[in-house]
Amino acid sequence: MKVLAALSGGVDSAVAAARAVDAGHEVVGVHMALSRSRAQHRNGSRGCCSIEDASDARRAADVLGIPYYVWDLSEEFEETVVADFLSEYEAGRTPNPCVRCNEHIKFAALLDRGLALGFDAVCTGHYARIVERAGPAGTVRELHRAVDLAKDQSYVLAVMGRARLERSIFPLGDVASKDVVRAEAAARGLSVSAKPDSYDICFVADGDTRGFLSARLGERPGEIVDTSGAVVGSHRGAYGFTVGQRKGLGIQVPAADGAPRYVLETDPAANRVVVGPAALLSVDEIVGGDVVWLGEDPSSLTDVTVQVRAHGEPVAADVELDGGALLARLASPLRGIAAGQSIVVYHGSRVLGQASITSARRARSGGVGCSGGSLSRAPR
Amino acid sequence: MTATYLDHAATTLVRDEVLAAYGEDLRRLGNPSSVHGPGREARRVLEESRESIAADLGAHPTEVIFTAGGTEADNLAVVGTFHAAVAGTATRRAVAISTVEHPAVLDAAHWLGSAQGAEVTELGVDEQGVLDLDALTAYLAVAGERTAVVALMWANNETGAVQPIPQVAAACAAAGVPVHSDAVQAVGHLPVDFAASGLTTLALSGHKLGAPVGTGALLARRDAALQPVLHGGGQERGIRSGTLDAAGARALAIAVRIAVAEQAAEHARLTTLRDRLQAGVLAAVPDAVVRSAGADRLPGHLLMTFPGTDADAVLFGLDAAGIAASSGSACTAGVTQPSHVLLAMGADQRTARSAVRFTLGWTSTDADVDHALATLPAVLERARAAGRVGAR
Repeated sequence: MKVLAALSGGVDSAVAAARAVDAGHEVVGVHMALSRSRAQHRNGSRGCCSIEDASDARRAADVLGIPYYVWDLSEEFEETVVADFLSEYEAGRTPNPCVRCNEHIKFAALLDRGLALGFDAVCTGHYARIVERAGPAGTVRELHRAVDLAKDQSYVLAVMGRARLERSIFPLGDVASKDVVRAEAAARGLSVSAKPDSYDICFVADGDTRGFLSARLGERPGEIVDTSGAVVGSHRGAYGFTVGQRKGLGIQVPAADGAPRYVLETDPAANRVVVGPAALLSVDEIVGGDVVWLGEDPSSLTDVTVQVRAHGEPVAADVELDGGALLARLASPLRGIAAGQSIVVYHGSRVLGQASITSARRARSGGVGCSGGSLSRAPR
Repeated sequence: MTATYLDHAATTLVRDEVLAAYGEDLRRLGNPSSVHGPGREARRVLEESRESIAADLGAHPTEVIFTAGGTEADNLAVVGTFHAAVAGTATRRAVAISTVEHPAVLDAAHWLGSAQGAEVTELGVDEQGVLDLDALTAYLAVAGERTAVVALMWANNETGAVQPIPQVAAACAAAGVPVHSDAVQAVGHLPVDFAASGLTTLALSGHKLGAPVGTGALLARRDAALQPVLHGGGQERGIRSGTLDAAGARALAIAVRIAVAEQAAEHARLTTLRDRLQAGVLAAVPDAVVRSAGADRLPGHLLMTFPGTDADAVLFGLDAAGIAASSGSACTAGVTQPSHVLLAMGADQRTARSAVRFTLGWTSTDADVDHALATLPAVLERARAAGRVGAR
């Protein structure tokens, strides 16, 4: 196959591309330039798309003996991932930009451009497995968790949908650990073998998400209130808070019982942040929209688990479809579910599909101090 | 893998005669500034090269200042002339350049603006990319007395459009303003006579002519007031310090000698090849647009825009087929920027991103043109499909 290998300049994508070359594919390396104002150098584990990263990607391609190009997708990235990031925070939700990047950039803008230019597939360094299984209507491609569960990235890939899964290659899904990848990179003479992993949000280069939001959205001072509506503090923009957050609230009035308080919700319409005790963060029903299935639409969703964070534990759940929405009733409650994050449905290690969380609530009483009241984001 | 090289304006193949002499001179022991025998011998090579270049380009040997290339020569001219003017009379702090200059002039001038207090004016061009002489006249009438230097390239590196150097030099002379020309693309492709040009300074680069990268010169009139950019041992009239490069000087001299000797014949040969490439592309791709078609152009230059494509996608397809071309514009870590030259000529952003530059040179043949013509239609079809994806 003619394979377009996305080279970030990191070790994973370089080894993934190397494995694609070994598999006999005709591989071309492409580095995506996603930022308009790229930094010259990388700063530790933060940021990406610096000119140094592009240079590392070029050197990896040289070592692999494959052609290398830089594609400028900064316009698409700004219009989809960054714009979504801002509008979601503005609307009181907590977006996952990696999910949006996979949805709009890596497996959309990049893949579509590659297909138009004559490529058959895109290869990335994501940790996830593609399993091909013979079905009645031919081979079925399934997306599964990586062998290394600590590195598993199937959660952020679920959004791609079935058509794009057909055009994707993840050569790192079966490695036992990142150490194996680093050792393989070193053995192949790839200079990025010891490069630090990336964390945080790539386009927030200094890691200060709240600062990025306030620079882009402006300051919007408002009140922090408790569940009774009493004002307990102030904030400079409700978008700067996320459900479950405890630090950085700057609350002046201590709780009566002295217990720590958490963000329960942000209400952009009233520009208020509601805080309360940890117990009120527990939810056992999650509703999601924009449902995407990776295989055939499931007729039954028994024996499934759901995952609501990139590195969260899967939880057993009853999942139902109600019109265009997905309703998950959790076997055990979860804390700090933020609207805007993905809920991914698994059957064993297989990814069935995903939805974007629109609301979460406590449907069954039993939690200490829990009134059973709704924490959904419906206007009040 | 690359079988067809159509990027001679980026760099061209070193000439055989240059390679032979350069190899020999690299093994020559002796610093041209040394007073012993080997030093004198190296100095003789350097000075003979200076005389050869001066003779070929209508300059006096004293007017040849060797540099490490075109960018350095441009910086020395723009920055050095500005600083000399400011040192002479603090009232001359203005710099005028065209909107289509190479970054070596453009960024040097804007650095003077941002860091050295210069008042920088960009003079516009018409839709053919040729300087608007009325704008220059109007500028000089208002700002001539406070202007340190005017810079206008001899021919544009992207479009190949030849600029009205005689008129600009005359206007600047009348206004008493020094005038510099970046002639990196022109030397060897057009007749260049420094004395007749009326220019104060002129920059040339070796690697565009078949000499190694890292060779070049600034031609500077004896009365040109220049302050050095590089400080050190005071070589080259005290204007350009750095150990004298006898091997590079001779390589440059040989490349200039060959290019100038062959210039008229090559002009005709390259024009024929270029025009065949241009006509063939237009026949196969009717909506392609030749830029600066109405201007006097360098013989080997062909800049085309292809509606509905990104230059990246076209260049990718050409590269995969073994054809080396370029977008012609600046590139930051591999990302093609929209051509500032096309924007200055009135093109929109999309169009400026769709420009592909083919430049022919001394190794170009009919087979190169045939290969490009046979390859381009399919490459453009795919690039258009990719462009539609991007435009969703």
